Amino acid sequence: MVLVFAESPNGHLKKAAFEAVTYGKKAADLLGTSCVALCLGDVENAGVLGSFGASNVYHVANSTLNSFDSQSYSAAIAAAVEKLGATLVILSHSSTGKSLAGRLAVKLNAGLVSGASSIPSVEGGKIRVSKGVYSGKAIAEYEINSPVQVISLMGNAVKPIKSGNEVAVESLEVTVPNNRVTVKSSKTQEGIVPLPEAELVVSAGRGMKDPSNWGIVEELADTLGATLACSRPVADSDWRPHHEHVGQTGIAIRPNLYIAIGISGAIQHLAGVNNSKVIVVINKDPEAPFFKAADYGVVGDLFEVVPRLNEAFKQFKANN
Amino acid sequence: MKLLVCISQTPDTTAKISFSSDGTEFNQSGVQFIMNPYDEWYALVRACELKESLGGTVVALNVGPAANETTIRKALAIGADEAVRINTEAQGSMHVAKQIAEYASDKGFDIIFFGKETIDHNGSEVGAMVAEYLDLPYVSYASKLELNGSTANLQRDIEGGVEELEVDLPFVVSASKGMAEQRIPNMRGIMTARTKPLQVVEPVAFEESTKLVKFTLPPAKAGVKLVDPENMDELVRLLHEEAKVI
Ligand SMILES: Cc1cc2nc3c(=O)[nH]c(=O)nc-3n(C[C@H](O)[C@H](O)[C@H](O)COP(=O)(O)OP(=O)(O)OC[C@H]3O[C@@H](n4cnc5c(N)ncnc54)[C@H](O)[C@@H]3O)c2cc1C
Ligand SMILES: Nc1ncnc2c1ncn2[C@@H]1O[C@H](COP(=O)(O)O)[C@@H](O)[C@H]1O
Repeated sequence: MVLVFAESPNGHLKKAAFEAVTYGKKAADLLGTSCVALCLGDVENAGVLGSFGASNVYHVANSTLNSFDSQSYSAAIAAAVEKLGATLVILSHSSTGKSLAGRLAVKLNAGLVSGASSIPSVEGGKIRVSKGVYSGKAIAEYEINSPVQVISLMGNAVKPIKSGNEVAVESLEVTVPNNRVTVKSSKTQEGIVPLPEAELVVSAGRGMKDPSNWGIVEELADTLGATLACSRPVADSDWRPHHEHVGQTGIAIRPNLYIAIGISGAIQHLAGVNNSKVIVVINKDPEAPFFKAADYGVVGDLFEVVPRLNEAFKQFKANN
Repeated sequence: MKLLVCISQTPDTTAKISFSSDGTEFNQSGVQFIMNPYDEWYALVRACELKESLGGTVVALNVGPAANETTIRKALAIGADEAVRINTEAQGSMHVAKQIAEYASDKGFDIIFFGKETIDHNGSEVGAMVAEYLDLPYVSYASKLELNGSTANLQRDIEGGVEELEVDLPFVVSASKGMAEQRIPNMRGIMTARTKPLQVVEPVAFEESTKLVKFTLPPAKAGVKLVDPENMDELVRLLHEEAKVI
């Protein structure tokens, strides 16, 4: 059995949870077994996970789990894995999943591949799966040689697909230790898709010259419904907030579309964005290294090109 | 205050990545190795700052061969008091975590620091594994860490925001940007690093169950298609009809 831990911060299932269940279902089909989903603590509408391929949705309603602590969460997941007899455990490679994957692997004596980007395959009865390594510059394929395996799935690596119907949520009793980490507050920006989950990203660099020029970039992101990002020097000089910094030392992302404006394309910047499906580069310097990594390029002055592109997108939106 | 900082060695951020022809080994020739940036800039520096204000010792630990000692000496030059090298090639995250946990189990560290991830393996795995082996709380991706007696207040990066957390010592933490500012070792640091103790510890046996099959390089991009800067309607058309991303 494949067991998928579906994250539901503040009671809301994340897009990553739908991706993980879709992935778990594909893995289960391959292994000729079933896929079940597990929710911990507050969750609304968990039955919808059935439509992404979970044959059963289990819920541990212990109030300790309303606040995240890697110890109580990993204990609950491990207990569910043992109770249900699951052999492959799928997590999201998110801030939550990264705190859990290593713990769970040790608890379950399981081999771990974190940040997987491919559907597993089976070779000689062993599970194989690939992930990006060297900050996106290479791909590594691993074989897991333990009876139980843990895989955490990179965000945006699979598209959530509805393949079935909603199911009834079954409650599951497991013992959960007390939390030792207390979450005092949790602040997320309202109405913005967080960068690791974003499908469309508009990013700008030092070519913007001054933080007061960001209006044209914000308008473009607004038209597209895209999330904003920036290069490291831009965040370092406080032109933009740190959570927008992408690259080797910032956030690694894999959106469908990455529009890079006035960014030279240094290797450390590319390390965080080169897994984007389509890259558009706008730069006045035809020799900018970013053009080598781009799918579409515009050689021109961003202060002219970006407003023009924004108008073109607006026109497109109006007609479609 | 007893602080342990786990440091790894990675290829330089600009290193050209290539592999042996059968794809099973990373090609090291011509590659410069550095301390993993998160371990150096954030975890190690924050540990040194805490020790400097509260007293105590900072131990830098690496699981790796003798060749890693240059990197370990750098940690001493930045401000660690002692270093430990566990004498084995890293075979995988759990193999490394097991070595670290065995070493730390009876030393009474107040905080065990990790970087948020290594820039070669990109796992974010080892810290959580060590926390589990030692049955300690774990806070990953911490961008702030303040101590208040035996309690720590932390800030942690989550998707699209931050969390404020509280945890009692001892605990395990992984550091992300914001926890400290990069420190360049000064001459005095480099000189004293030579005389600081570097202990070599023999590994414990452990069979890693996740095994590398092969490395591959991502397929090369087809090449950039240039669009006339006057004609952004054409770019939008291509993104819609050809790339199908909007
Ligand atoms: C260890 C390490 C880690 C790093 N990690 C990161 C990281 O995570 N993320 C990151 O981004 N960087 C990182 N860097 C920094 C990286 O090496 C580059 O310095 C940085 O990415 C450059 O940012 P930029 O492209 O915004 O600025 P620049 O390199 O200054 O590029 C600005 C670009 O704007 C163009 N431009 C200027 N004016 C216009 C105009 N009017 N119209 C159009 N184009 C214009 C220029 O042609 C130029 O190409 C790291 C560096 C190191 C050493
Ligand atoms: N060989 C090693 N020796 C000591 N610490 C390590 C080693 N490998 C990884 N680490 C630590 O574990 C963290 C996470 O590594 P990873 O799980 O590979 O992303 C790193 O930032 C280091 O702090």
